[in-house]
Amino acid sequence: MSTIEKSTEPAEAPTVPPAPNRLRDVTRQLLATRRVLVGIGILALLAVLAFVGPLVSGWEVGQRDFGALLEEPSADHWMGTNRTGQDIFTQSTAGLQKSLLIGLLVALLSTGVAALVGAFAGYFGGVTDKALMWVADLALVLPSFVILAILSKHFVGQGGWLVLVILLAAFSWMVTSKMVRGLTISLREREYIHAARFMGVPPHRIILRHILPNMSSLLIADATIMVSAAVIGETALSYFGLGVQSPDISLGVVIAAGSSFATTAPWMFAFPTVLLVLMVLAVNMIGDGLRDALDPMSTSRRS
Amino acid sequence: MSTNTVATAEAASAEPAEEAPVLEVTDLAVTFPGLNGNPDVHAVRGVSYAVRRGEVLGIVGESGSGKSVSSMAAMGLLPDHARITGSVRLHGEEILGLDDRAMARRRGRVISMVFQDPLSGLTPVYTVGDQLAEAVLIHAPRMSGAAARARAVELLDLVGIPNAEQRYRSFPHEFSGGMRQRVMIAMAMANNPDVIICDEPTTALDVTIQAQILDLLRTARRETGAAIVMITHDLGVVAGFVDRVLVMYAGRPVETGTVDDVYYRSRMPYTMGLLGAVPRMDLADQSALVPIQGTPPSLSDLPPGCPFAPRCPIAQPECELTEPALLAIGDQPSGAEIRAGDAEGAGAGTAGTPGAADTTQRVACVRSGEITDQGWTAQDIYPVPDIPASPLAEVPREERPEVLRVSDLVKHHPLTRGAVFKRRVGTVYAVDGIDFDIREGETLALVGESGCGKSSTLMEIMGLEAPQRGSVSVMGRDTATLGRSDRFALRRDMQVVFQDPMSSLDPRMTVFDILAEPLRTHGRPAAEVTRRVYELIDLVGLNTEHATRFPAQFSGGQRQRVGIARALALEPRLLVLDEPVSALDVSIQAGVVNLLQELQARLGLAYLFVAHDLSVVRHIADRVAVMYLGRIVEIGDTASLYARPAHPYTQALLSAIPLPDPEKERARTHIVLRGDLPSPADPPSGCRFRTRCHKFPTLSAPDQERCTTVEPRVAATNGGDQAAACHFAERRTGV
Repeated sequence: MSTIEKSTEPAEAPTVPPAPNRLRDVTRQLLATRRVLVGIGILALLAVLAFVGPLVSGWEVGQRDFGALLEEPSADHWMGTNRTGQDIFTQSTAGLQKSLLIGLLVALLSTGVAALVGAFAGYFGGVTDKALMWVADLALVLPSFVILAILSKHFVGQGGWLVLVILLAAFSWMVTSKMVRGLTISLREREYIHAARFMGVPPHRIILRHILPNMSSLLIADATIMVSAAVIGETALSYFGLGVQSPDISLGVVIAAGSSFATTAPWMFAFPTVLLVLMVLAVNMIGDGLRDALDPMSTSRRS
Repeated sequence: MSTNTVATAEAASAEPAEEAPVLEVTDLAVTFPGLNGNPDVHAVRGVSYAVRRGEVLGIVGESGSGKSVSSMAAMGLLPDHARITGSVRLHGEEILGLDDRAMARRRGRVISMVFQDPLSGLTPVYTVGDQLAEAVLIHAPRMSGAAARARAVELLDLVGIPNAEQRYRSFPHEFSGGMRQRVMIAMAMANNPDVIICDEPTTALDVTIQAQILDLLRTARRETGAAIVMITHDLGVVAGFVDRVLVMYAGRPVETGTVDDVYYRSRMPYTMGLLGAVPRMDLADQSALVPIQGTPPSLSDLPPGCPFAPRCPIAQPECELTEPALLAIGDQPSGAEIRAGDAEGAGAGTAGTPGAADTTQRVACVRSGEITDQGWTAQDIYPVPDIPASPLAEVPREERPEVLRVSDLVKHHPLTRGAVFKRRVGTVYAVDGIDFDIREGETLALVGESGCGKSSTLMEIMGLEAPQRGSVSVMGRDTATLGRSDRFALRRDMQVVFQDPMSSLDPRMTVFDILAEPLRTHGRPAAEVTRRVYELIDLVGLNTEHATRFPAQFSGGQRQRVGIARALALEPRLLVLDEPVSALDVSIQAGVVNLLQELQARLGLAYLFVAHDLSVVRHIADRVAVMYLGRIVEIGDTASLYARPAHPYTQALLSAIPLPDPEKERARTHIVLRGDLPSPADPPSGCRFRTRCHKFPTLSAPDQERCTTVEPRVAATNGGDQAAACHFAERRTGV
């Protein structure tokens, strides 16, 4: 053929090369980024710490050492104790367990719901759009804190934190879903969406394959912000005694308890806060790397 | 300032050597420093030209050739971080390096500019009249407001805005694109400048409007006697309009001379290729277009030798050594001299600067002398592909199966008002009853200006839903009767290629996934998908290693090839092409057009080719349907329709297209249509074209009455395939 722009002579090889695998490429790209590796490393360390910490500290969760009230860090109490003699290290690491789960799960759930609701509303328009956005508006105007407070009281007990995750997610997807809807409406008229429609790709597949990946930077940014927002939201509830209830404990509870002693007994406040900051930092690093790996136009990808 | 038009016109033609040039650009070079460790971009590398009063210089080049940047540099409009060297003299006074305030005094008064995009050229919050008056006042602060307004109205009238007095108070959004461009030209003329730089003034406009604007620029030159620098990528636009041409490539002029020399005796392989790549509307059967291989070089990483050498079919080893200077034919150093490292060859760039009065043809090619001696043409030096004849060509049209039939198709959009209780306040008659059919292996082109309903027609057909009225049958099956699974199966037979190669491919998917998508959707096994994808990549002339790349890593032409490959994946029988080449540069366009023709012949495809470019249509289509305001006004086989168009609109459309042939272009008389396309929400009664028709005013009163009341139906005009919707259809010589 002579109309070609570049010679195809070398391409005449008899064997057909294998199909490239996008998932593998993205994974390789992710693992090749130092930021992502550091992020994953920190997150893994935190997880290990959360589950191993309470076991090795020598103190039970909630156990009080009446001989050491409001003590500074020492060999017995690595990170000191609080007013009631509870070991800060044990409390924080045990709290980290719940906070990690709550933060990551709420972020995934809320961003996922936001993406799906927004994309379906924007893509289909009409009645679907009206109905979904009506639900979103309703969720926005409801006094979420009061509802959370009432419902979380109702679900106290074992597994209560899971209900809390769902409730936190249920009240945090609306604003993002509206952004996703707006972006979808502009993406819907792109020619590649038309092309997919005209080749017979069903709408849900178009949304999952073309629309959501093309706004992945927004979704990733939203999810990383949601992680810290969920931990802090849970803290706010816990502060009023409404979030995670004892005997469960969360990082938020520990930080809330320590915040009033931030100046007089800084160890009570510093350690759990450092854990929270590390966690958010790690999630951000992974999110950043993921965004770059998924975006073929990002500068770091270009060699 | 003299506005004596006769004197200036004479001065320009009779005694060119006498007058000093108004604008003289010497050795202009513009470099944009690279940010974040990126290499510098050498956008312009040594441009020299000079224009005298009343003279028109055309600067031609493809996108990225530096033509716009060089004129922006002359206007002092480049950002501060650009490094500009060389000299720009206005009336002999150096203006390069003047501060913004000093430049502002000259801009508009001595040198003015018309930009490409009339949409963003005017401030939306002021009336056009006030903006014009401001342009007048700014250089004449002592003028009274009333006088400035009077001058503004006079200017609006001059550029052909009807009811100038009333339209003075219109806001830019109330004007169409063509009218806004008129206002921009009025603004450029406002202070009788000596130089008007027009940067692609007609690229964003429809052909009939383009013809009006070109006419207007001729008027502007006559009225102000200004020198015009016309920057364009369209070789047709400049052919009949300019005196001299400067062809640019990769930031450098590669050929310059009088328009006749450059068009008829081009000596630079690039110019030759460019001219050969243009589809010609005036030639009945033009052989395959001349494609220029490859893409223009990156301006941040230029090869040491001639920048065109990697794409040049007659490049020699010497071409790669040093960049040839712009010299008169025969003055180029020989190959031996270059190999010997002759310093003169490398340093001759400045020596080759054309003087003010210099109109000799100059070429930057070491083989220009040879090309002259041998009398080579583009066909001689470029390998032109052989497009195989389709086996279907033997079969008469009537005996071939029908792949698409559209009858009485209607698409109306309601215009509603109110947020809660929507009420219908009108209807946009986007498509209003059109009929056509396409048979196997043939190409039907749907042409018309923007807003005529071409794209709506296409979307209706591709949707495969029951239309509002009328019927669409694909492969003999009526879309109204299709079930869900039938519709899905039918999509295999009909695929689409879009206009914009940037937005038609998902930027997040690799080429492999893009091509695999239709196959996977239609449930092909994985092994077959892989095999077929590589087959397609090869079919459209890409390389196997391109499979893992993303669309952003390709040039426009390559992306369009990916789009074509995707459309071909399911082996369709009908390909719908929505302006597939209009976003591409001429040299790239030729390659894609050739590919489409070759694929059609090899695979027996039928094309529905939607386009506004009548030259491409003539080259590729077997039949043409001309649309105007949602209706087909004329339909017929390409040869008879172009040779003898019957509908006045077709005649005007064909006449409005400039030919890339200076002599023919100068000899032609254009039918220039009045006004703009009426709103499709409120089409005129009777014949929809009558408000712009050039024939309507010449008719007698009862005949005019018929045009205003009775809507003409499409009726055969030559006993054959050609048919037109005009009461007074009369076939006349076309191009």
